[in-house]
Amino acid sequence: MGHHAPVTDWASDFDHTDDGWAADPYAIWDELRKTCPVAHTRRYGGVWLPTRFDDVAAIAYDTDRFTSRSVVVSEFRPPLEFAPAGVAPPISSDPPYHQDARRMLLPIFSPQAVSKLEPSTRAYCDELIEALLGRDVVDAAEEYAQHIPVRVIANMLGLPESDADVFRGFVNHVLEGVDLPMEQRAEGMFALFGYLRGHIDDHIANPRDDLITFLLGSELEGKKLEPFDVARTIALLLIAGIDTTWSAIGASIWHLARTPADRERLVAEPELLPVAMEELLRAYAPVTMARLVKEDMDWHGCPMKADEFVLLPFPAANRDPAAFDRADEVVIDREVNRHAAFGLGIHRCAGSHLARMELRVALEAWLGAFPIFELAEPAAVRWSGGQVRGPRTLPVRSPLRA
Amino acid sequence: MKVHVDADRCQGHGRCYSTAPELFSADDLGNSHEAGDGIVPAELETKARLAVANCPEQAITIEETT
Repeated sequence: MGHHAPVTDWASDFDHTDDGWAADPYAIWDELRKTCPVAHTRRYGGVWLPTRFDDVAAIAYDTDRFTSRSVVVSEFRPPLEFAPAGVAPPISSDPPYHQDARRMLLPIFSPQAVSKLEPSTRAYCDELIEALLGRDVVDAAEEYAQHIPVRVIANMLGLPESDADVFRGFVNHVLEGVDLPMEQRAEGMFALFGYLRGHIDDHIANPRDDLITFLLGSELEGKKLEPFDVARTIALLLIAGIDTTWSAIGASIWHLARTPADRERLVAEPELLPVAMEELLRAYAPVTMARLVKEDMDWHGCPMKADEFVLLPFPAANRDPAAFDRADEVVIDREVNRHAAFGLGIHRCAGSHLARMELRVALEAWLGAFPIFELAEPAAVRWSGGQVRGPRTLPVRSPLRA
Repeated sequence: MKVHVDADRCQGHGRCYSTAPELFSADDLGNSHEAGDGIVPAELETKARLAVANCPEQAITIEETT
């Protein structure tokens, strides 16, 4: 944070890496939705920011006029030669290439495949909790939530769990270092690909039963994937699978720590969890995606220029009162809830079934061990900025634990 | 009542088969299909309407039969 000038006006000069956005983006979005529903900034080479559900949805569906060639807003524009795959297929791919790249991954993340990972995920959660028992105050983001997706994805991919800090560092650099100088960002990317290349070479020499070996044996458009293609897809799974789920678990624990009525209800009625989870995903959706404008055009009165970004703040769409009753409240038993936390259209989060399983198991294990807990120091809670939002410091206290 | 999933619109969010597993199921890509001929037993009509209301892609339609 803090590599940029402070924001003076959110409608005409916004910056999604600003500390004010990280602390409370909802107030910013609510105000913009009323006064300037599609905001713009000259930062990062030009970025548009729609905040109404219908506008976010329309852009997500419009793959003719908006490209996924880059989905992370920064000064950098990936060269056109990267199309149609993009830097990290299929999230960075456009139709028609996108469909085959996505089909290759979907069976790995289907509900049936994900359910097989549930017992090991539960075991991780229990193990993490075991280590926290007996302490007065623990950091639920740093000592619990963040470890769950890291371990799940490391095991799926076939990367050593002991490298968790290494790839968390890469992910942090990609997602939160967006306003670093370009050379520094490039260095981080080279380091990530160098690290992955080492593990891919090792898998070529010693195939095993994991996702890296599966991808090395996969074909796309009739051609076997090259090691670089595999590296790009693994980079995507690391970047997309860790901070996002960490954020969803952390934000849910944060909400329950400061809302005793909802926490008590979930402890008393564990069968409500699937419904409650969807509401927590709606209210605290972690992920804001992005697109690039393909060609100069007038979009509903907005003069969009080629290669300007458009942020797709699904969390803002999810708080639009035109789309949801009591949009700004968490209604823990909300049954009608057509939220867009996992995106809309062809780029629906491929890992959404995995994310939901991790979130449910993480909350079941947490509530089972700690039916009573509260924020230990509300002012110490720190949220990440940029396009993935969740608590990164979350000290909680449980009277049962002492 | 009959339910139908539009395969072109469905993106595999899975809200319908989580809400009403009796009426919808997932294929190996996670996309949803109505079970059998889509006929909804009277006791599952509420669930069917909930599945429709929760589909982020608005891919499910209900046909009222008599």
